[in-house]
Amino acid sequence: MNKFEYPKVGETLYRDTLPNGLRLSVMVKPGYSRRHAYFATNYGGVDRRFRLGGRFVDTPAGVAHFLEHKMFDMPDGRNALSQLAATGADPNAYTSACLTAYFIDCTSDFYHNLEQLLTFVSTPYFTEESVAKEQGIIAQEIKMYEDDPGSVVFNELMRCLYETHPIRDDVAGTVESISQISAQTLYDCHKVFYAPGNMSLCVVGDVDPEEVRKTALKILRADSGENPIRDYGAEETLLPTKPRFYKAMEVSAPQFMLGCKVKAETKGLMSLRQKLVAGAALSYLYSRSSPFYTRLYSEGLINTEFFVEFYHAADTATILCGGESRDCEKVLSEFLAEAQKAADNGLDKALWSRIKKSAYGARVRALSSFGGLCASMADADFGGYNCLDSFEVMDSVTAEEVRSFIKENLVPQRFAMSVITPAQN
Amino acid sequence: MEIKRKELLPGVWLSCLQTNKFKSDCLSLSLLTQLERDTVSYNALVPRVLSRGTVFHPDMDSISAACDELYGARIIPVVRKKGEVLALGFFAGFIADRFTPGGEKLLESVSSLLGEMLLSPATRGGLLMKDYVESEKEKLIDDIRARINDKRHYAIYRLLGQMCAYEDYGIDDMGEETDVESINYIDLTKHYRSLLQECPIEIFYCGSSPMRRVEAAVKNALMALPRGDINYEIGTDIRMNAVSETPRYFEDAMDVTQGKLELGFRLGEIMDDPDFAAIRVFNALYGGTATSRLFLNVREKLSLCYYAGSSCDRLKGIMLVSSGIEFDKFEEAKAEILAQLDAIRKGEFTDEELSFAKKAVCSDLIAMTDSPGALEDFYLTQTLTGLDYGPEEFSALCDMVDRRDIIAVAKSIELDSVYFLRGLEEWEKEDADE
Repeated sequence: MNKFEYPKVGETLYRDTLPNGLRLSVMVKPGYSRRHAYFATNYGGVDRRFRLGGRFVDTPAGVAHFLEHKMFDMPDGRNALSQLAATGADPNAYTSACLTAYFIDCTSDFYHNLEQLLTFVSTPYFTEESVAKEQGIIAQEIKMYEDDPGSVVFNELMRCLYETHPIRDDVAGTVESISQISAQTLYDCHKVFYAPGNMSLCVVGDVDPEEVRKTALKILRADSGENPIRDYGAEETLLPTKPRFYKAMEVSAPQFMLGCKVKAETKGLMSLRQKLVAGAALSYLYSRSSPFYTRLYSEGLINTEFFVEFYHAADTATILCGGESRDCEKVLSEFLAEAQKAADNGLDKALWSRIKKSAYGARVRALSSFGGLCASMADADFGGYNCLDSFEVMDSVTAEEVRSFIKENLVPQRFAMSVITPAQN
Repeated sequence: MEIKRKELLPGVWLSCLQTNKFKSDCLSLSLLTQLERDTVSYNALVPRVLSRGTVFHPDMDSISAACDELYGARIIPVVRKKGEVLALGFFAGFIADRFTPGGEKLLESVSSLLGEMLLSPATRGGLLMKDYVESEKEKLIDDIRARINDKRHYAIYRLLGQMCAYEDYGIDDMGEETDVESINYIDLTKHYRSLLQECPIEIFYCGSSPMRRVEAAVKNALMALPRGDINYEIGTDIRMNAVSETPRYFEDAMDVTQGKLELGFRLGEIMDDPDFAAIRVFNALYGGTATSRLFLNVREKLSLCYYAGSSCDRLKGIMLVSSGIEFDKFEEAKAEILAQLDAIRKGEFTDEELSFAKKAVCSDLIAMTDSPGALEDFYLTQTLTGLDYGPEEFSALCDMVDRRDIIAVAKSIELDSVYFLRGLEEWEKEDADE
């Protein structure tokens, strides 16, 4: 395996691509009791239309998430959850727009548990009966999110921003779309997207990387599978399709999310650099220590719910900013004015240097979150870069580069906002 | 890892876990006080107001700038309800000295900033700044109102408020809107000063520095701490049995698509001399894991919900079962939740299930030794329970739990109250539209 050392932050990363195409990343953490294994497929809510064997296949919204729910069933009638529970491993899974991840966290029998993880994720077993039952559970999950203002405000913003890209739809699909899913749909999509060539295995903990590699070789199939070509529809402009969305719900105060599309860098280090530059721009302008935040906080326009994020998924990149405010339009105009100021005058040197220091500290602290690390490692595997290179790349990011990013992207006509208002009663 | 404890000043205790395992250190400071309706909102406000500015860092900008300079150190105001005790103060996280690019040492600077926030707030005429107090009151009221935004937590809040209406435990750690509105900056200043004099203080450190260095840094930071008669008369009143013979029922109606069912239980007679290990393993078996009775039956077998789980508060002796269901599945879900408890009472569970539950609990506890934040919370709970063992020892105790212990817990548990957040009936919707 290839070994990458990062002595400044005391980490060593091992990476390899196995003959079957599986991307493997292992970060060794001596002295820790926990071991975290994260097995992910580059398949999420957006991957609904793809070309395979020369023809296009269309699938209903919500298949990736549905599969995630059903993967735990094993052909012998057992459930992978109980098998993993036998050694106290804590298994879980989630589906995002472009990825489905299965992971375990355990303090004993690691290699045995890793085998179980790799086995159950690679073993499809669905029946019409079990699919029908799961439709009930997932329908409840969808309804739960329909009552969650945070989910609604995000989904609706994405719908304001994106015209056709499937990122505008909820990962779980709708009660209606999941009713079209059959056992056969699940088998087909599993076959296409759960092939080693489309997957990544990431491990963090006190483990032997070579042993991890051997385990993966032993359990997983030898061929890489056909690489499906995804179709996300026509390329979108950078303008929103709809400037505003409003909905009344049972909430205490207006909840907003505002954002804009950014032309996504999709290749290797360029995409890492874009993430870091965007992150730095948002921290500089809007983080807790920015003049913007402290001013709006003191004026009572925002509270601690306020956040900013650069969201990068499936060839899209989006700037997001959310929170709670009695005057959401005012937050948006202040947000844009702050960007305009930086675009016009450049970055304040002292603040920029503080932001860099603070960002360094945050990245060092992030090295202790096993789950978070695995997610970044998988992102890096699919994105074609090395996640710990972020330290070096960030050192080379300049104030001027951040300013150009702000100038190019944080402009009024690109923005849309969704708002959940308190229901009147 | 071995925890060392020492009384630094009267009623001020430092717990110190020295280890080189982590890349960041944590330092927390908690003032311990009784959870009471009269003071709860004052207590909720104090750390928030103290975070707004100090004598040397008079506003949020300068506190944030100081934290940025310490490589993004975070000092967060925290208020936690621990049974009927309120722990209020700050939690600080910062990177370990060996990773600061210039070899800077952060512990002393972070301790001193934390001490400054606690002891030297920005004041005018000796009183907390009026505009900071008013602004934080507004934010606290926002947060109190925002409870309704998360329906799952709202349901728990509504259940506990009514189930424990005559116990301090029914009070939410933020208090209520009217409590906050009536606070003024003069009374808040007086309250803040009395907290500093009277409260036992727990300080927790986990990181690479040795006890001696932590002790010196903290002592130095707290030099100006005024101490009076320390109030050790704080604790949690445990009610063993359900309030009424037949479970009480409470409900709210809201325009939602999914119902939230909450069941509140008393852990019962076992709280007389509680076996915390048995309670923990019981909870894992009943509803604490993805292989628990509730998950496998209420969710997987009957497909009644997306989530169904239980949690126990060992300090108060209360268990909650939470589930999100279709409105018309109320009776069915409730019946199944109770049937599963009955089955455990009768010993109808396999050795395999018991072994799974024990493994899950033990693994959880061992994993805790990898997280400074989890250790901090664990040891605070231990201190409040008068126990001194660590997660490894607790894990060993859990491993010894047997079938009889589990049955004893299940038999002791009594259902006290049921809460249901239901949707609006058609006629109610019409009313709401008008």
